[in-house]
Amino acid sequence: MSTFKQHSVLPGFNLALGFTLLYLSLIVLIPLSAAFIHTAKLSWPEFWNTVTAPRVIASYRLTFGASLAAATVNAFFGLLVAWVLVRYPFPGKRLVDALIDLPFALPTSVAGITLTAIYTGNGWIGQYLEPMGIRIAFTPAGVFVALTFIGLPFVVRTVQPVLEEIEQELEEAAAMLGATRWQTFRHIIFPAVLPALATGFALAFARAIGEYGSVIFIAGNIPMISEITPLLIITKLEQYDYAGATAIATVMLVISFTLLLFINLLQWQARRHNTKV
Amino acid sequence: MATSSSSQTFPVQLAAPVTQEQPWIRWTLTLLALSFLSLFLLLPLMGVFFEALKKGWDVYIDAITEPDALAAIRLTLTAAAIAIPLNLVFGIAAAWAIAKFEFYGKSILISLIDLPFSVSPVVTGLIYVLIFGLQGWAGPWLKEHDLAVIFAVPGIVLATIFVTVPFIARELIPLMQAQGSEEEEAAIALGANGWQTLWYVTLPNIKWGLLYGTILCNARAMGEFGAVSVVSGHIRGLTNTLSLHVEILYNEYNFVAAFAVASLLALLALLTLALKTLVEAKVAQQIRGNHS
Repeated sequence: MSTFKQHSVLPGFNLALGFTLLYLSLIVLIPLSAAFIHTAKLSWPEFWNTVTAPRVIASYRLTFGASLAAATVNAFFGLLVAWVLVRYPFPGKRLVDALIDLPFALPTSVAGITLTAIYTGNGWIGQYLEPMGIRIAFTPAGVFVALTFIGLPFVVRTVQPVLEEIEQELEEAAAMLGATRWQTFRHIIFPAVLPALATGFALAFARAIGEYGSVIFIAGNIPMISEITPLLIITKLEQYDYAGATAIATVMLVISFTLLLFINLLQWQARRHNTKV
Repeated sequence: MATSSSSQTFPVQLAAPVTQEQPWIRWTLTLLALSFLSLFLLLPLMGVFFEALKKGWDVYIDAITEPDALAAIRLTLTAAAIAIPLNLVFGIAAAWAIAKFEFYGKSILISLIDLPFSVSPVVTGLIYVLIFGLQGWAGPWLKEHDLAVIFAVPGIVLATIFVTVPFIARELIPLMQAQGSEEEEAAIALGANGWQTLWYVTLPNIKWGLLYGTILCNARAMGEFGAVSVVSGHIRGLTNTLSLHVEILYNEYNFVAAFAVASLLALLALLTLALKTLVEAKVAQQIRGNHS
């Protein structure tokens, strides 16, 4: 035991760690293993054919494409919003800052129906876009809009604390050495926030890939066109195709875990970067 | 002559700091950021209340007081009332083990606690179906004993617990790590036992973090949609949470009622944001070690 844990005068380690592991196993780990064990019952060709069927491939393309686009837009505007919130004073700033977390707090089904209402042909925004020939609701563009909404807080909330920590002295030194404001941003500020920006981007992307509630209302769910991967799992479940649903779920789990690993690496690197400066 | 003029302009240069952008750049960026936020956050939020009240207050009140809506409110509160205390105990236990002790595999444990965040809600629902559904591991046994988990309340509670596991733990771990263990060690040295130390020393020190995590946990517990949607079976009045009720009404083209129920959840979200903002400052204070 002494090699596993360093000595401490505080009691309760065994109880606390034991309960933590038991709870995690019962609620999270054993249920998650069910997906992999059920998938293992399929033969390899069965599995491969299920997860590479044309309709499934089309759903990957939409899910990943829209998630990537949404995370990119969020990276750009998230950095901008974080910058404005940290650097510029304006009336109502605290209110705006609190509102950033709305997508975390608002249930996804609520987000889904209100976004749909706004972007349909007679909605607040849809009525202006429709005459221009731009349709958002019930198209892949709708998926992108919903995923942008969902991912918005991730970039702002990872970049904001880093921007707050940047030492003004560095910027002053750059200015004294003749750098323009843009050069200072490009060479001093941007490299400092880049690890946080990458983490925020990855978090928004990871969240978008698994998102279901906010997307299904606005997507229209047309097979091969606007059907996301999580919806396919539900569709297969409703047809009692448990094997098919599980196979696709396993693919999603593997992708999520890979992303999680990647995000942990990014955060580890960001921490190292911060302690070095 | 030249030196005296430069010494005169020096204070003027200081008045316009070199680390600030030109006013027009500041205004453009601020305006751009606020426009983006209005378009993507404010408009959808206003949309909920606008659509809910489209046909007036009477229709609104009727929609949120009809029996199925009330049953949905009850189930939502029940699921949260079970999930939150369990995750609270888990959060304290996990944070105690992780923040107060050094052991191998700690960072893996922290990643495992965060795992539910990276699992798609739909997959969460599916794995419980694989275990407790009719074709699942425990399915035949449950059927024999006339018990139901899937398409019943226990399934909804389980799915809710799963998606909210990390919230309280991930608030408490950094908070307790930042505070260190000196006060607890002093309490033990003075003769307190472990439970007394937890109750009289640790919990008062982390109370704001605890509250903060609980607020976030509650918001997710009451709002979860994807995971509970898979295990619920959508039986009106029985296995419908508020979030699912919104979907059912919407799919029946009963838009005003759907938005009326949605507005309750939106109000909950606004309350969550307000409380969160208030408590956030207190948590920052406690991290700095200002136990007031």
